[in-house]
Amino acid sequence: MSYKYISMPVHRLIEEFSSDVHKVFEYIDSIYDRIHRVESRVRAFITIVPKEQVYSYVENLIRRVRSTYPLPRLFGVIVGVKDNISTRGIRTTCGSRMLENYIPPYDATTIEKLRNVGMVIHGKTNMDEFAMGSTTETSAFYPTRNPWSLERVPGGSSGGSGAALAAGEASVALGSDTGGSIRNPAAYTMVYGLKPTYGLVSRYGLIAYASSMDQIGPMARNTLDLALTLTAISGHDPRDSTSLPMQPVDYVELLNELLHREPRLKIGILKELFEGSDDEVRKTVYSSVDNLCAYHECVEVSMPYTKEAVAAYYIIAMAEASSNLSRFDGVRYGLKVPVENRSWIDAYTEVRTRGFGYEVRKRIALGAYVLSMGYRDMYYIRALRFRRMLKENLNSIFSKVDVVVSPTMPIPPPKLGEFFEDPVKIYLADVSTVIANLVGYPAISIPAGFWNGLPAGLQIMSKSLSEPILLYLSAQLEERTKLRDLIAEV
Amino acid sequence: MRVLIGLEIHVQLTALSSKLFCPTHSGYRGGNPNTYVCPICLGLPGTLPVVNRRAVEYAVAVAKALNCEVSDRVMFVRKHYFYPDLPKNYQITQYDGPGFTSIARSGYVRIFVDGRTKMVRIRRINIEEDPGKIHYVGGIEEAHYSLVDYNRSGVALLEIVTEPDMDSPKEARIFLDKLIAILEYLGVTETALEGSFRVDANISIEGYGRVEVKNIGSIKDVEKALTYEIVRQRRIIEQGGAVARETRHWDERKGVTVPLRAKEFEEDYRYFPDPDLPPITISNDMINMIASMIPELPDHRIERFMVQYNLDEYRATVLVLSKWLADFFEEGAKMYSNYKRLADMIITDFLRWVKELSIDPKRLSVKPYDIVRLLELLDKGVLSIKMVKELMPHVVSGGINIDEYIKLVGYTRIDDEQYLEQVALEAVKENPKAVEDALKNPKAINFLIGAVMKKTGGRADPQKTKDILVRVLEKVRNLEE
Repeated sequence: MSYKYISMPVHRLIEEFSSDVHKVFEYIDSIYDRIHRVESRVRAFITIVPKEQVYSYVENLIRRVRSTYPLPRLFGVIVGVKDNISTRGIRTTCGSRMLENYIPPYDATTIEKLRNVGMVIHGKTNMDEFAMGSTTETSAFYPTRNPWSLERVPGGSSGGSGAALAAGEASVALGSDTGGSIRNPAAYTMVYGLKPTYGLVSRYGLIAYASSMDQIGPMARNTLDLALTLTAISGHDPRDSTSLPMQPVDYVELLNELLHREPRLKIGILKELFEGSDDEVRKTVYSSVDNLCAYHECVEVSMPYTKEAVAAYYIIAMAEASSNLSRFDGVRYGLKVPVENRSWIDAYTEVRTRGFGYEVRKRIALGAYVLSMGYRDMYYIRALRFRRMLKENLNSIFSKVDVVVSPTMPIPPPKLGEFFEDPVKIYLADVSTVIANLVGYPAISIPAGFWNGLPAGLQIMSKSLSEPILLYLSAQLEERTKLRDLIAEV
Repeated sequence: MRVLIGLEIHVQLTALSSKLFCPTHSGYRGGNPNTYVCPICLGLPGTLPVVNRRAVEYAVAVAKALNCEVSDRVMFVRKHYFYPDLPKNYQITQYDGPGFTSIARSGYVRIFVDGRTKMVRIRRINIEEDPGKIHYVGGIEEAHYSLVDYNRSGVALLEIVTEPDMDSPKEARIFLDKLIAILEYLGVTETALEGSFRVDANISIEGYGRVEVKNIGSIKDVEKALTYEIVRQRRIIEQGGAVARETRHWDERKGVTVPLRAKEFEEDYRYFPDPDLPPITISNDMINMIASMIPELPDHRIERFMVQYNLDEYRATVLVLSKWLADFFEEGAKMYSNYKRLADMIITDFLRWVKELSIDPKRLSVKPYDIVRLLELLDKGVLSIKMVKELMPHVVSGGINIDEYIKLVGYTRIDDEQYLEQVALEAVKENPKAVEDALKNPKAINFLIGAVMKKTGGRADPQKTKDILVRVLEKVRNLEE
């Protein structure tokens, strides 16, 4: 049994498979072997597709692509998919009892796209229930543990995807990010995670949390793999009215072009977000920023109202969530309860009380509250106004600098259970990440370094459609820090 | 006591081939339950709506035809309420209020009531999705559970809301007739289709509480329900009571309204803009383009019929309000120039049989030429009016070719004098009393003519019969003298 494949970057894997297509089975074996060894401790997955099924999927794929040589671009690469992205024929639970037995009859657009480039889905990763949480502890099934420190959380809500990468259980992964749900676990598991510009990646098939902020994005162990996966999943989708009307973009090409040209950029260091961070996080992230400032021009910039941003984010997210989650009533799919000889209100109440966990019920209730008559002006409408103001504020910053940097998370990964004691503290930890979602701009989290064995991440955010710039800075930093293709011992 | 009536009309845009937000075929009628569905109209997790552009175009056409101001953008909102026929437990609709807008507002429809013209103002028009349908197993009262059919879920609806400008059930009926005619002329809907047209009627007696009667399925029922409500509310007021502000249901079978729920406060639907549907801009070019394609509408056609065919307003209106009937008339008028006679024949005998035989006008095989041919044969004296009336059901049902039929059964007027004389002699012999009367009073001859008609099944030529009878009576008189 060879372990070389476990940490092998995607761009190397595809070279291997194109020299000998049957190496893909050796690769599958080693991934499953790794899962067998570590998954009981990490619990990164909610559903793992049986190996035989993956084998026959790949055999069919080989038969199909033989005639269309060369192989599709990401042939055979195993991708872990967050369990809120609909996969035809594979259970999609959203981390909830409500959908414990739900098998979608259709593929999300991103899944179709992954399949089109030859990628292989071997499992659905654990997550906070309906993506509501930042530790993967609100999953209705079990929490995921951080492979770098098993008593700590891997972040969330895409904690399963981050942990699967850090533990070597997948080569790349998809997450979704509504207020930091890709970047937070990326920072906590020492991987690269990108929240794309709103509308760059189709949301069709993503089980909605807050529709105006949700984005699917890639997570990977190096920048180039991130670019490859982003290229695969992005692009206009007529099934999503919020999808941007644009031609397909090859991010690998654009990245290589920038790396070749090496433009010097102006980097804004977000004062308030560094000041608000724990000492060890600040020091770790600063040292990584120093690497960037050695080449680029760095200036300090100010972004007031960060706490207000968190409040506005939660008001909007909860309002939209209360609406999006009203469809879960047990009638067409999901948790079933006896219905005969009782009113539908009665049956619905039972379904929604038993099917949703505490955090989800809390957010639905608060969301309904902020939208209700007499309160909507005070909360929801005010939050929308703040959102517009924030965007103007950021645009004026981006008229002076190309990108802004901050710690992704202001604190190191908490221990399991630690956060439940103080829900406001947990919400405030989202201070750096929610801004990108409120304004729809892209942001990336890049491994910054370890402090006492605990990962810390650097976030870079920029204007709409600036993904090539973010990838460029990420690749530059990666080259200096060598924090790439890292797998935790577990 | 002045009556105030405002209507909320829901019409399906049945001319669309797909639903409002998904590509599923919208012609669900007659289909097995839950066969006209897809992940989107079932509200499966992760699905997203995409606006059917054609539905927007149809809505703009309706807005222009109802003289409305068209909004410069289409905005959808979510209206939240839990109900088993609503797959997402919110309805995607529109809302006219601060921060939102309906697709159109501030229009009017002209109606003719008792010889005068009246405007009924249109408050607004919304585009929205239809919910599914609940089926109570064993009836609503006995059911232990219910089944839901989502075939209708997501079908495009227009909600047209009027100001309370009608003051009688009759006016409401006349308004609805006109509105439906306009929609049919636009070709956006076929209101004859089951469930494609529903009305909520708001009715109050000035100064008293307003009652909403929900979900009335036909114009006839709107008129009946309103009439019932006026009587009910008047009685309450006359007895010194207060009309409760409430929602009532029209029980078609029993012909009464029954309370549905008290409406003490407005329900909180928690409207907010649907984040899945960014606003769509409606350009002036688009509005002008759509407006330029609007066909001739009922008001204009009525006026044209009065001028071009010299019809009075009543005849013109009856013909025009039903588009197929007006088309039928105009086709016939190309071949037959006594327009008034043609109009009368179509409005009375022809229409009566179309209704009596309950033939779908779309499937009508009778051609305008057939009616024209009947009129020509009548004019030439080949057929009597009685025969035309007898032939009409056969002609309307399309079972016969008139000329061949007449030849085949000898179904023409009898003008054979020898034969008529023979029948006349029989009639004279059988009715000595009538003969006696006729000899004294020439007008009494009519009884004998009737007798001949009876014997010939109404086919005897009336003029010839009369002439022959006069001759026969003359002979009788001579014999007596």
